[in-house]
Amino acid sequence: MTIYNFYLFDRNGTCLYYTDWNRKKQMTMSKEEEFKLMYGMIFSIKSFVSRLSPTDMKDGFLNYSTSKYKLHFFETPSGLKFIMNTDLSVGSMKDVLHQMFSSIYVEYVVKNPLCALDQPITSELFKNKLDEFVRGLPQFAVKPGS
Amino acid sequence: MSRQANRAGDPRKVNGELFTLTYGALVAQLIKDYENDEQVNKQLDKMGYNMGVRLIEDFLARANTGRCNDFRETADVIAKVAFKLYLGLTPVVSNWSTTGDEFSLLLESNPLTEFVELPPGHSNLNYSNLLCGALRGALEMVQMDVDVRFVQDILKGDNITEIRLKFIKRLEDAVPVGED
Repeated sequence: MTIYNFYLFDRNGTCLYYTDWNRKKQMTMSKEEEFKLMYGMIFSIKSFVSRLSPTDMKDGFLNYSTSKYKLHFFETPSGLKFIMNTDLSVGSMKDVLHQMFSSIYVEYVVKNPLCALDQPITSELFKNKLDEFVRGLPQFAVKPGS
Repeated sequence: MSRQANRAGDPRKVNGELFTLTYGALVAQLIKDYENDEQVNKQLDKMGYNMGVRLIEDFLARANTGRCNDFRETADVIAKVAFKLYLGLTPVVSNWSTTGDEFSLLLESNPLTEFVELPPGHSNLNYSNLLCGALRGALEMVQMDVDVRFVQDILKGDNITEIRLKFIKRLEDAVPVGED
């Protein structure tokens, strides 16, 4: 199991934070372009899913898998979007993403009056805590040789 | 709301008097700094708004309530969960308009005004106006544009403190910017 990378978007589509751990294929476009593309895709998937759902949805879009990776999505009612890519063997990351929101974003960004809420996060404390948290997850373990 | 308070246990157990007195000092300073009560009200509302915008994230993280489907559910969450969590009291929700887009929060006691008497000459001051701003800011972050104001205030001789909330409109999600 492994975690590749992480995106955090605000309600206006600004990428507040991006980081990667085991991303093997480097991006072929600029970061800004990639963020826009990612946000656009998430936005479209959300609207697809809600329009095409034959029943009333509670959670909406949670994740998708390709043959190579799995994308996990969590959105707060305030419109923050937490996105994480992992390999296929990882189960639901909903609780983990919620925890990243409640015990890292809220604690180290919202409660830090010097962090603007609509700007990319520059706080070192936040970066370190997030990194520490993700590296400590059981889903993070990289299989030797993989 | 400090991180230390969080570590030490339940932040609700922070001395309530400290909060009340700090708020009192803030209002007293604003009265000194500004010429009239209207401006003080405006500043309190603005500060409240800035607090509400952040407080909503803390609230969502702790209460873990999902999205509200209608304004009645919103009213319930505000009164029974949010007021309880941050001020330790549960206002009564009443006076619904027939269209269901307006209601009142009735507070029998207001923790902010525990030690307060309004001196003469401040009849326009809404002492607890910070609450209005906080409610407005928090609701705006969950896509609701709401008008919040005081209609009755125990400090002004009314029997009860009444905050009126009026739903104005639903704010839409931002659409991603197109390719240039």
